[in-house]
Amino acid sequence: MRVVIAEDSVLLREGLTRLLTEAGHEVAAVAGDGEGFLRAVAEHTPDVVVVDVRMPPTFTDEGLRAALVVRDRWPKIGVLVLSQWVEERYATELISGRPHGVGYLLKDRVADVAEFLDALARVADGGSALDPEVVAQLLARSRHPLGELTPREREVLALMAEGRSNAAIADTLVVGGGAVEKHINNIFTKLGLAPGDRDHRRVLAVLRYLGT
Amino acid sequence: MFLLRDLVSARTWLAMTQHLAGLFLGFVAIFVVTFGLGFGVGGLFFALVGLPLLGVTLRLAHWFAQAERARFALFTGARIPAWPGAGSAGRADFRWGIIPRWQMWRESATWAEIGYALLRLPVSAAAATISILAWSVGLILVVLPAYAWAMPSGGPTIGDTVLHTRAELTLSAVIGALLLLAAPQLTRGLAVADGALARILLGPRRDLAARVMELEKSRERVVDAAEAERRRIERDLHDGAQQRLVALAMELGRAKARFADDLDAARELVDQAHVQAKEALTELRNLVRGVHPPVLTDRGLDAALSGLAALCPVPVDMHVDVPVRPRASIEAVAYFVVAEALTNVAKHSRASHAKVVVEGHGFPGTLTVMISDDGIGGADITSTGLSGLADRISGVDGRMSVESPVGGPTIVAAELPCG
Repeated sequence: MRVVIAEDSVLLREGLTRLLTEAGHEVAAVAGDGEGFLRAVAEHTPDVVVVDVRMPPTFTDEGLRAALVVRDRWPKIGVLVLSQWVEERYATELISGRPHGVGYLLKDRVADVAEFLDALARVADGGSALDPEVVAQLLARSRHPLGELTPREREVLALMAEGRSNAAIADTLVVGGGAVEKHINNIFTKLGLAPGDRDHRRVLAVLRYLGT
Repeated sequence: MFLLRDLVSARTWLAMTQHLAGLFLGFVAIFVVTFGLGFGVGGLFFALVGLPLLGVTLRLAHWFAQAERARFALFTGARIPAWPGAGSAGRADFRWGIIPRWQMWRESATWAEIGYALLRLPVSAAAATISILAWSVGLILVVLPAYAWAMPSGGPTIGDTVLHTRAELTLSAVIGALLLLAAPQLTRGLAVADGALARILLGPRRDLAARVMELEKSRERVVDAAEAERRRIERDLHDGAQQRLVALAMELGRAKARFADDLDAARELVDQAHVQAKEALTELRNLVRGVHPPVLTDRGLDAALSGLAALCPVPVDMHVDVPVRPRASIEAVAYFVVAEALTNVAKHSRASHAKVVVEGHGFPGTLTVMISDDGIGGADITSTGLSGLADRISGVDGRMSVESPVGGPTIVAAELPCG
């Protein structure tokens, strides 16, 4: 995969570059601010971009805004947003326009290299990756009652919202694929959602449900 | 019935005593102040010898005002909050303890004290005269029929008219009785009016001096609260993240030493170090979340509170309706209130459910924050957490209430002005 990185901290920029290169990806360009990042994306058209939320000059959310520009202008490019803090509100803004090929993770998650690379691959592939902490916030703030779900179904719902595939959910919960399928059907029935055919469309339904 | 009882009630006679005492004190005060000011000003023309006299007069007027507050507290039970004396917050001081500075003559407090000392006598004199007249005339009219026959002209004389028929005497006795019944009410009413006057002249004023004192106190509390908050953050950093980083460095050091001989043990140590590092990150993040998360500045209260709800181990119902974003300091205080209250819910309440309601009313209007839980109650308002909260809220001129009867539920509410 060809990757463009936007990250103002030199330490993290170098770390990410090394990590991705070691994993066999090509880092096409690195940028330290939003404008430079957008120029690099236009120039290299990578498969996926990794963007930090806070960047100069204002250190508020220019990374996020740049990510939204990429999402809208280059629909084929996967957008993975990293942040020191994850917020449900940012996630909702990110998912609302184009819900596939986006990810939003805590920077800490980079420490689990394999999982991070998996999430990056998912995003580049048109899937999604949401941080468990964001999902917890979405669940806590959900305007819809989730009381009818069993604890197991809530767990499955959370993992689904993170953007994980059925197989990954089955692995995490140490159950069979059939059981996961059954839980998911139950969740969709209880919440009154139309079951989607593909993984990420299902995720979208769940996120839309939680976020609105 | 109460009209009769009031004739002998303690309050009536206390009011009468108040008028008489005021009369006496007013005599002394008006004498001292007119003498002091008169001779003081006169003395200014003789090599400024009048200055110390003016200083003494101002001090006496201030003491008199203090004594009068004490007297009103004693007689009517109404407490009139005192002002700062010369030299304290917002008021000028005497030079060498006795020479008044020019600035003093420009303070409304100085003139209010002098004015009060001058007004005391006429006001008390009027009140005492009216009261005593009501009592004595009433009394005379009531007992008139008993000795009317003994008068030289055959009855009491009003102008040229002589009252001597039975009907006339009965009428005057009835008028006397009514006057006598009204006398206690009159006496007490005048005492209340007297108290109101004292309150107007000596009571809390929305002038600069009082406001300065108020602000000085609230600033002190805010500084204390900020200091306590800094200490808490220091402690949290020291006990949490710093210890974890020390442990992490130690583990990595041990792993480094093992790499040469025992690769498996080294791998395990690196695994542990990895876990430690991630925990340190989580801890730091949660610490910042409790202080001031960046999203609060970027997206406002509603967005920032989601993080708190997710962090709280007790399920939280969150209702946020703030149509217009208040200024940053108000948002920060509101956020802090919810953070602190939810921390308490998690730590002490044993609640199974909590509810947070944040609403903005009007523009600029007010922001109300309410956190309730179904826990065991009995929250201690003097605890550092809650008193720190109260200080932060008073720092922005807000109000807070905590209801937490033993057995629950607990309701913490705050009202913050947004203007």
